[in-house]
Amino acid sequence: MKILVCISKVPDTTAKIAFTDNQTKFDTNGVQFIINPYDEWYALVRALELKEANGGNVTILNVGTAENDPTIRKALAIGADDAVRINMDPTDALATATQISTYAKENGFDLVFTGKETIDYNGSQLGGMIAAQMDLPYVSYASKLDMNGNTATIERDIQGGKEIVEVDAPFVLSAAKGMAEARIPNMRGIMAARTKPLNVVEPVACENSTEVVSYELPAAKGDCKYVDAENAGVLLDLLRNEAKII
Amino acid sequence: MSSDRFQAPDYYQIDDLLTDEHKLIRDSVRDWVKKEVSPIIEEYAQKAEYPIHINKGIAEVGGFGPYIPEEYGGAGLDQISYGLIMQELERGDSGVRSAASVQSSLVMYPIYNYGNEEQRKKYLPKLASGEWVGSFGLTEPDHGSNPGGMITNFKDKGDHYLLNGSKMWITNSPICNVAVVWAKNEEGRIHGLIVERGMEGFTTPETHGKWSLRASRTGELVFDNVKVPKKNLLPNKSGLGAPLGCLDSARYGIAWGAIGAAMDCYDSALRYSKERIQFDRPIASYQLVQKKLAEMLTEITKAQLLVWRLGVLKNENRATTQQISMAKRNNVDMALKIAREARQIHGGMGITGEYPIMRHMMNLESVITYEGTHDIHLLITGMDITGISSFRVDQ
Repeated sequence: MKILVCISKVPDTTAKIAFTDNQTKFDTNGVQFIINPYDEWYALVRALELKEANGGNVTILNVGTAENDPTIRKALAIGADDAVRINMDPTDALATATQISTYAKENGFDLVFTGKETIDYNGSQLGGMIAAQMDLPYVSYASKLDMNGNTATIERDIQGGKEIVEVDAPFVLSAAKGMAEARIPNMRGIMAARTKPLNVVEPVACENSTEVVSYELPAAKGDCKYVDAENAGVLLDLLRNEAKII
Repeated sequence: MSSDRFQAPDYYQIDDLLTDEHKLIRDSVRDWVKKEVSPIIEEYAQKAEYPIHINKGIAEVGGFGPYIPEEYGGAGLDQISYGLIMQELERGDSGVRSAASVQSSLVMYPIYNYGNEEQRKKYLPKLASGEWVGSFGLTEPDHGSNPGGMITNFKDKGDHYLLNGSKMWITNSPICNVAVVWAKNEEGRIHGLIVERGMEGFTTPETHGKWSLRASRTGELVFDNVKVPKKNLLPNKSGLGAPLGCLDSARYGIAWGAIGAAMDCYDSALRYSKERIQFDRPIASYQLVQKKLAEMLTEITKAQLLVWRLGVLKNENRATTQQISMAKRNNVDMALKIAREARQIHGGMGITGEYPIMRHMMNLESVITYEGTHDIHLLITGMDITGISSFRVDQ
């Protein structure tokens, strides 16, 4: 079974967020980057588990510049067999999906995994777009996946419960928490990753569907007021007359 | 213990001096420590037990003999990788780092560098995988800073050596499968012998009641007419320089490791000071707390640059014993002072197991003494710059 796992590079969750170029670009100065956790912890690890159980091959795909190579190398250290980087600075979801679906169609994968969203832009668009462009079924927000031959049984967390669906490969899936348990690269994996193939391919021509006009930071938090636990009346007065929320 | 929210300080963007692989190795060990060490270490320290179940994990993240070539089970990594691994392990606990640096630098290092091919093939893979635990016997009850005065000795009995004597303050002694022991032959020349558990007359009584390195097993190695096969003698180096070569490697790892303990104390103190409210303001807003935090970060940054440069020199085989002494002394002292200041910032909470501070502080009281005391390392620098030994009267 050939599995394609799409990974994105995102700022570490502790990064300080700032913007440049008149609030139109994310300021990467001093920012540490990681693999998008939904891609790494759930999509990649479940793909590796399937390979370990059933055989096959796990390919990493990233759309990005050479700056992403260390991130890709970590995915190889965790256990993927090979990687492809489509040499383009990703600008919006449609352009990124176009690159991935073009590559995936040309190279024939049984399963295409993404994370349910990236933790930076929170788009949640990529999986659906890839599936549409490849004319394949799409299962989003999958929290459990079992393969029986060519048929997958997938659990999705939905409001108030679970939805269980069956789908035949090939299909596209976005992975959510619960799919697998994060793996830490071990030394053998890190050493093996040195020589695993990381192929760089040039992008196909495509256009953005959206354009970022500007970014804004959330409003700064207001000052905290501390109310002694003995003075519930003061708290109620503040909530009623100052915050005006009760 | 509360969840491990550690964030490493990198004030001078020293990460830019590391390779991508260095950072991947460091971050992997850091993640592993958060997952496997932080949640359990306080309990083990309180119980005065070593969590031996983590040895397999230490091996998997490359903690046992990372610079030993791959053909012997190591990872063939450079010295900066070794340092970073020690830093991250000691960020968890000095006892865990001690287990890894003893195995790497004091057991695997001499077997690889001073042993023959048969010895390398027999011992190194089992030590690298964590299947076996090693210990190192140099210090004796009456010979600490002066190891050359050792009494432990062996006599040539034809088909074997007869080993007698005792070693003290030996990390891992109660759980070791194999010990590299330094002893004098009949001519008074120091040699290394590989002693295996089970050899008749070899016992390893444990040292109890420690207030430091509690999550680490310490004990003695006692040799009462132990028959050691002749093939167990390390053939390729003898004299005091042989064990001191091991100590150079271990002290280098300690210089990195101490930064881990210091970073953990600083990180915890910084977070606590921003969360702890007194007089309606976080204590981080007060000048005396800021002074402590600013000085901590300054010292950590200097220590980081020191070991990075030392690592480059070591990779080029140019690091001297004296340079390693300076780094070990400076960084452990730096870490101990930071632990004490961090304890102040944590107030009463700093003495509890809710925070790692007191454990690090107590651990560092050992680290500042073992592998060359704080004072002796200063005198090594003094001897290096004046050419006069202040502690060896014969020189």
